[in-house]
Amino acid sequence: MDHFLSEDQQAIVDLAKQISREMVIPKRVHYDETEEYPLDIVETLAKSDFFALFVPEEYGGLGGGCYDIVLALEQIGYGCVGIATAYAASALGAYPIIIGGSEELKQKYLPKVATGELRAAFGLTESNAGSDAGGIQTTAVLDGDEWVLNGTKQWITNGGQAHIYTIIAITDPHKGARGASMFIVEADDPGFSCGPKEKKMGIRCSATTELIMKDCRIPKDRLVGRRGTGFITVMKTLDKSRPGIASLGVGLAQAALDEAASYAKVRHQFGKPIIAFQAVQHMLADMAIETESARTLLYAAARHIDAHPKDMSKVSAMCKVKATDVAMKVAIDAVQVLAGYGFMREYPVEKMMRDAKILQIYEGTNQIQRNVIGQELNKEYTK
Amino acid sequence: MNIVVCIKQVPDAKDVRLDPETNTLSRDGVKSVINPYDRHAMEEGVRLKEEFGGRVTVVSMGPPQAKAILQEAISCGADDAILVSDRAFAGSDTLATTYTLSQAIKKTGGVDLVLCGKQATDGDTAQVGPGLAVRLDMAYVTCVKKINTVTDKVVVLERMMDDGYDEVEVDLPALLTVVKEVNTPRFPSIRGLRKARAYDIPSYTAADIGADPAQLGLGGSPTQVVRVWPPEPKGNRTMLEGSVDEIAEKLAEIFHESSIG
Amino acid sequence: MAPNRTVINMLIIDNDACIGCGLCEDNCPFDAIHVEEGKAVVGDECTLCGTCVDHCEVGAITIEKEEVAGIDLDAWSGVWVYAEYRNGRIAPVTHELLGIGTDLAAKRGVKLAAVLLCESAGDVPAELIASGADLVYTVEDTALKDFTDDAYGNALEDLALKYKPEIILAGATAIGRSFIPRVATTLGTGLTADCTNLEIGDDGHLHQTRPAFGGNIMATIMCPNHRPQMSTVRPMVMQANEPDASRSGEVISESVDPARLVSRCRVVKSVYSEGSQVNLSEADVVVSGGRGLENAEGFRLVEDLADLLGGAVGATRAAVDADWITYPHQVGQTGKTVASKLYVACGISGAIQHVIGMKSSETIVAINRDEKAAIFDVADYGVVGDVFEILPAVIDKLKNR
Repeated sequence: MDHFLSEDQQAIVDLAKQISREMVIPKRVHYDETEEYPLDIVETLAKSDFFALFVPEEYGGLGGGCYDIVLALEQIGYGCVGIATAYAASALGAYPIIIGGSEELKQKYLPKVATGELRAAFGLTESNAGSDAGGIQTTAVLDGDEWVLNGTKQWITNGGQAHIYTIIAITDPHKGARGASMFIVEADDPGFSCGPKEKKMGIRCSATTELIMKDCRIPKDRLVGRRGTGFITVMKTLDKSRPGIASLGVGLAQAALDEAASYAKVRHQFGKPIIAFQAVQHMLADMAIETESARTLLYAAARHIDAHPKDMSKVSAMCKVKATDVAMKVAIDAVQVLAGYGFMREYPVEKMMRDAKILQIYEGTNQIQRNVIGQELNKEYTK
Repeated sequence: MNIVVCIKQVPDAKDVRLDPETNTLSRDGVKSVINPYDRHAMEEGVRLKEEFGGRVTVVSMGPPQAKAILQEAISCGADDAILVSDRAFAGSDTLATTYTLSQAIKKTGGVDLVLCGKQATDGDTAQVGPGLAVRLDMAYVTCVKKINTVTDKVVVLERMMDDGYDEVEVDLPALLTVVKEVNTPRFPSIRGLRKARAYDIPSYTAADIGADPAQLGLGGSPTQVVRVWPPEPKGNRTMLEGSVDEIAEKLAEIFHESSIG
Repeated sequence: MAPNRTVINMLIIDNDACIGCGLCEDNCPFDAIHVEEGKAVVGDECTLCGTCVDHCEVGAITIEKEEVAGIDLDAWSGVWVYAEYRNGRIAPVTHELLGIGTDLAAKRGVKLAAVLLCESAGDVPAELIASGADLVYTVEDTALKDFTDDAYGNALEDLALKYKPEIILAGATAIGRSFIPRVATTLGTGLTADCTNLEIGDDGHLHQTRPAFGGNIMATIMCPNHRPQMSTVRPMVMQANEPDASRSGEVISESVDPARLVSRCRVVKSVYSEGSQVNLSEADVVVSGGRGLENAEGFRLVEDLADLLGGAVGATRAAVDADWITYPHQVGQTGKTVASKLYVACGISGAIQHVIGMKSSETIVAINRDEKAAIFDVADYGVVGDVFEILPAVIDKLKNR
C-alpha cells in the first residue's frame, strides 16, 4: 500500500532498508546464536544518523517526528527485532532527558547521544515493580550536593552497553505518585554496576541486565525535571516510545509474511506449490490483512502524535497492542506455513516467533496498554 | 587536504546474466551502480578528510545518468561532485579517458591526492589510474591495501603485490588506486541524503574543460574494438555419481590428471 | 581555450535505410541501441564498439570518425617482452610472453627482444635467451632494486623511444598492470589489458583479444595508427617455449640517465608471503571454498586438499567476509582472477562475482550439495554432495596414492 510518504521519509525508509538488508539480515543469526551485543551495527546506525533522528535539532539531532522514527524502526525490525531493540533502547533512555531535562543536562548529553558516542538506557522495572510502577523500591536521598541512590533495577535493555542510564527512584516515600524522581546515572559513577547478561527466549543479542546501585553518588544537578515529577516523565516517555515498539511489530510481521509467502511459492507438495492450496492461501491472506491493518493504524497514530503531541496516550497504546499482537500471530502462522522447516533454526521464522513474544510484554504489557486505553475511554465518556 | 575521487558507473554484476539461448549478455533490469572498487576509494577519501580536514570532490565521466552515483557519493560524505559528460567522449579508450578526466581535475585545481578504484568491473583494465597520474604529473601507487600515515609531504602505505606486499612511501601530490581490503565503505547518512537531494551536480562538457577535441572519444583513442562476441560456451559437463567412495576415487583421478596435464 | 575545431565521433543511423528489424538491438553488448517506432535509436551507453554496424543487414548504421593522421608505422620494428624480475626470480609469465612473442616476431619477420630492469642481471639474460629472446636489453642500476612506477616506467619509455619496437608485451601482473599503463600514456599509444589471445592479422597489426564484462563477452582490439602496440597478457594462458640452453642471443647493456631513475615513491620494505599464501594467479591448481564450508574449521578441508595437490587456496567473498581466510585469497570480481589448470570449487554456489574470477580455468570441478547451484554451469566435472563427506574421502584417497 502506498502511504504517500514524503521524499525525505522515503529516503529514510530506503536507507534503513538498505542497512537492514545488507548488514542486519546477514548477521542476525550470528548475533542470535552468540547473544553478543551488535556493536558494529549499532555504530553503523549511528554513523548514518539514526541516533540523531530522535534528538531535537537544537541539540545536534535531526528532530525527526514520531512518524520518521517509526518508519526507520520498522525497517530495522524487519531485519532483526533484537538488533532493532539495541538501537531503540537508546531512544527510550534519552527520552526522559528530552522530555524533562534542564537545558544544562540537554546540552551535556543530547549532542553525544545524537552522534551515538553515548548510548542510553531506561531504568524503570524492578523485581517488585513491573506493570505496577508504584512498587518501586530504589531510593535517592539528597546528601549535600549529591544524590545517593540505592536499589536494583531488573531486565534493563542496554544494561552494560549504555553510557548513561535514566533511572527512576523514590525521593519522598510518603508522597505516593509524586514521591518519585528521575535521575541520570553515568556508567562509571561510583556505586553503580550492571549484573550479568540475562539469558532470554528471544531478542538475544540485546543486552538485558540488572542495574545495581549501592550508595551510588551522583551530582545534585543530575535530577531530571523537578523533584517528584518522575512518574510523569515515565508516562510521557512510554507514550513516546510505544509507537516504536509497534513499528518493530509491523516490521517483524512483514518479514514473517514475506518468508512464508516466498516459501509457499517454492515448496511443492502433491505436485504443486503449496501457495496454490486454499488452506495456505487463507492463512497468508489473514497474515497480510493483519499486517497491513497494524501498519496503517501505526502510521495514522504516528501522524496523530506528530500533530497532537499532548494527546498521544490512547493512540500510542492502541498501535502498540495491535501491532505486537499481530506480530505474534503472524510469526506463529509463518512457522506453520513452513511447518517442519519453520521449526528448524536454518530458517528465520522460528527466531521471529521467539522475538515476537517480547513485543507483547516490554514497555508495558499489552494488558496494561488496554488499561491505558480503557482509562482514556472512561475519561472521554465522562464528559 | 584536497582529495579528488574518480568514480565510474558500471552495470551491477549481480544482475548481469548470459542469455543461455542467444549466449549474449542479458541486461534486462540490470541496475547501474558505483564500480565496487570506487566505493572503497570514496570511503578512503572521506575517511582521510575526517582525519586531516579538507574537501572531497568526486568526479565521474559518463552519460547524464551517472549523476546518480555522484549523488550517492555526496550522501556518503563527499563534499562536491562533478559530472564530465559530452557525446564527444563516446568511444573513449583509457588514453582518451585519462586525458578527459585530467582536464576536468585540473579545472578543480590544487589537488593533493587523487583516489581511484583498482579497476572498473566492466572494463577491468586497471589503466585509468596510472594513466591519469601521468597526465596530472603525479606520483602514483596501485593496489593500495592500507594507508598507514599521512603527512603534508608524503603518504606511507601498503600496496598489494602478487607475492606479498610492499610498504611504500610516496610524495604528495599523488594518485592511489585502492583494493577492497583498504576499508569498509559506509552507508549513506540521513544528512548526506538530504544534502545530496539539494545538491545540483555541475556537468562539464568538452568545451568546459578546455579539451583538445582531437584527444577525445573515438578519435582520441589509439585502440579500437574491432570485434565483440560472446565467449565459447563450456563443453558438456560430467556429473559424477555413485557412492562417496566411488566419487572420491574418480575425483582423485581427475585431480591427478588435470594438475599435471 | 579549446582549439576551434570539432571532431565528431558518433553512430549514424540512416533512417531511410533502417527497416526496424531489431538485429542491432539484439546484438548490442551494451544495451545501447533500441528500436523505437520502427527505427533504431542509439543511447548514451553506446561505446562505438561497432557490433551493430557488423550485424546490420541493410547497411543503415555507420560510425562517423575523423581519420587520424597516422605516424610512420614502418619506423617501429621488433617485438619486445618486458621480463619481470623480482625477489631474485623471473616471473613465470615472462617465459609465456617469450613463447607467444616468438610466434609474433616470426610472423612479422622481426627479432624478439626481452627488456630486463634490475639491480644486477646475473644469469637472467641467458635464461631469457634460452626461452626464446634474440636480444636482451638490460638496465642495471641500484635505483631499480625495488619496483617503482617512476623508475621502471621511465627506463622502459626511454628504451622504447631509442629502439622503437612495434610491439611491447608485459604480464598482467601486479607490476605489469601498474607501470605499463604509465609507459603507454607517456608514449601516447594504445594498451590492451589482460589479453588472452594475441595474433598478427593479415593487415600486419597486432590483434589483441581480451575478456570484458567479467568474461561475459570477448573483444578483439587493435591499435592501428599508433606504435608501439602494447598489451598486458594474462598469466597461465600463453605457452612458454621449451628452454633451450644452446640458443644464442645478444645481450645489450643499456644505461639510463640517473635523473630518470629518481622515483617519487620509495619502497620501505617488501613482505613476501609463504606457503599456502602462494600467488594465486600463478598457481596451476587452486582449491577454493565458499559458504558451504560452514565455518573456519570446515574451511581447513580446502586447505588440506590444496596442500595435497600442491595448489593455492582460494575463497569466495563470503568466506573472506566471515574471516575464515584473508583477502589475498579472494577469487572473483573484487578479488583475484585465476586461470589455473585445475580449479576445485568446494561449497561454492557460483555467484557471478565469483565465477568472473575463475571461469577461464582449464578444468573446473565443483562440489556442492545443491544440484541447482550456478557453479555447475561453468564446471567440467560436478559432484552433487556434501563437502564434509566428499572432501575427507578424496583427501584420504590422495594420501594413499
